[in-house]
Amino acid sequence: MATSGIESLGPEDIRSHKERYPRVFSRTPRERITSWLSWSAGFLFLLYCMWDIGFFSEKFYGSLGKLAVMLGQMFPPTGWDQFPTFADAILETLAMAFVGSLIGGIAAIPLGFLAAKNMMPIRPVQFGTRRFADVLRSADYLIWGLIFVRAIGLGPLPGIMAIAIIDTGILVVLYSEAIENIDRKQIEGVKASGGSGLEVIRFGVLPQVMPILLTNALYMFESNVRAATILGIVGAGGIGFLLTDNLRAFEFSNACLIILMIIVLVYVIDYLSRILRERYIRGDDYLQGDETQGEGSLIGNIMAKFKKSGS
Amino acid sequence: MTVEAMTVEKQDAVARFEATRSAYNRHKRIYTLLFWSAFAVCLVLSIIQSQFDLIKLANGLPRSTGFIIKMYSALTWENFGADLVDWFWGFDEWAKALATSLMMAFTATVLGTTFGGLLSFVASRNLMEKYWLYFITRRTLEIARTVPDIVWALIFIYPFGVGPLAGVLALTVHTTGAQGKLFSEVNENIDLKPIEGIRASGGNWFEEIRFAVVPQVLPNFLSYTFWRMALNVQAATVMGFVGAGGIGYELINAVKLLYFLDVGAILLMIIGTVFAIDMLSEKCRHYFIGQETLGG
Repeated sequence: MATSGIESLGPEDIRSHKERYPRVFSRTPRERITSWLSWSAGFLFLLYCMWDIGFFSEKFYGSLGKLAVMLGQMFPPTGWDQFPTFADAILETLAMAFVGSLIGGIAAIPLGFLAAKNMMPIRPVQFGTRRFADVLRSADYLIWGLIFVRAIGLGPLPGIMAIAIIDTGILVVLYSEAIENIDRKQIEGVKASGGSGLEVIRFGVLPQVMPILLTNALYMFESNVRAATILGIVGAGGIGFLLTDNLRAFEFSNACLIILMIIVLVYVIDYLSRILRERYIRGDDYLQGDETQGEGSLIGNIMAKFKKSGS
Repeated sequence: MTVEAMTVEKQDAVARFEATRSAYNRHKRIYTLLFWSAFAVCLVLSIIQSQFDLIKLANGLPRSTGFIIKMYSALTWENFGADLVDWFWGFDEWAKALATSLMMAFTATVLGTTFGGLLSFVASRNLMEKYWLYFITRRTLEIARTVPDIVWALIFIYPFGVGPLAGVLALTVHTTGAQGKLFSEVNENIDLKPIEGIRASGGNWFEEIRFAVVPQVLPNFLSYTFWRMALNVQAATVMGFVGAGGIGYELINAVKLLYFLDVGAILLMIIGTVFAIDMLSEKCRHYFIGQETLGG
């Protein structure tokens, strides 16, 4: 019997099925040609770009040796006598990211409500706020930094403003999406008990969205720390200025120390932020039967976390 | 059970509930207090360390706004068309530089995704049995990702000289790290049964990857790649700040020379391009995620 199971399918059956359902077995010739043509067009474009940029030039291959020499000069890292200066700049970087993220995170809350479809009935305002946020985040950190350095002067302040602006631009979109996804029933409950517009937001909306807002704000803080490390390239404060300075002066081993410090900073912040997100923002697992986790000190909890994920 | 006993038990339950609740509230209050004090300490230290100064900010804001207004003061209603042409006097040159930025982003995305994609299979705990190889690859990818792309550009400027080559290499290294890490996280969440199937029919490691892993992860890989393309376009617009090619060079020169109108025109072009690429990338991502749900 040809229909009783897969093991009894003969070559005859396969051929007849192939004729009846050709697309199950292979793509049509036309699809194949289209796919083949677009892949080769993409590949040719890539080759053209690489040629135009200079991958196939003598200069490229000649420079590879120079790169190896340079990387060799970077190790071992030196400049430990300047370590306090570097550490101070690293802390400045962190402080810039913190203040900038805080300003951005707070400024984005009212704008996030304006940009949420279920909170802002006037469509042009809602749409306009979103597009405004898109414009804010379309220019890179360094572009905002450059503009503010020119207007305000060198130092960490323009860096903080650049971070705050991009932070606002990205968070408005994330916040408003979180606000659009809330449960309407709690809002209706507050309205039914006679709550005003502000009370609806305070008791009907904020408790629902707060964990999401905080998580997003923390994510942005992580990415802002990375950004703060480079803002010094345009003079907007932080470790980036010392890094550029050392690289321009061909002090590669000093630069190596700075890069290692940046890597450590980013790792530590990512790690702490992950703990905060997973452990302290994710709501009340204390009441949900997991009482042992809620007890004990903050430090004890962090240490327990360390042991768990350190393995 | 008598009525009295039931009442007593009920009261008991209420009392126990109240006790638990007040313990919980006390606990929560202590944590909230601890959290806000830590937060306040961090904030004060940050304000001191970053020399955050409200007066300086209040003085700077009008100047920044004035700066931005000056960038866009070329246009008048009476003479809009001619003003526009006048304003964009350097359009050909800027467009060429912008095209270089786009080509840099494209090349770096393709090369970085290829390298990162290949390495991600080695950097996945569930696919790579040799622990040391997994460990080295994973850490290398993390370093490539953690060092910002513009810092790679500063490094590559020295051996490769000023120009887009250094920028492309910087973006490629960063993309390789970022894609490798994201892809290996995708790989670690796959269904392992198809691998066993390939292994049972005598496939080697490469065949396992090709026929059991790649079909599962490809939609996610593509989605991340479009996202990375948008990020790389944005990054490529500032590579020129350190001399690594693209429109950034034109922008930083105009800012340094205080040609406000040129700054405004170039910024408009950059923001428009980044915006368009962002939308396009979003569309492509939705298209491929849609395909994934259809197929899955």
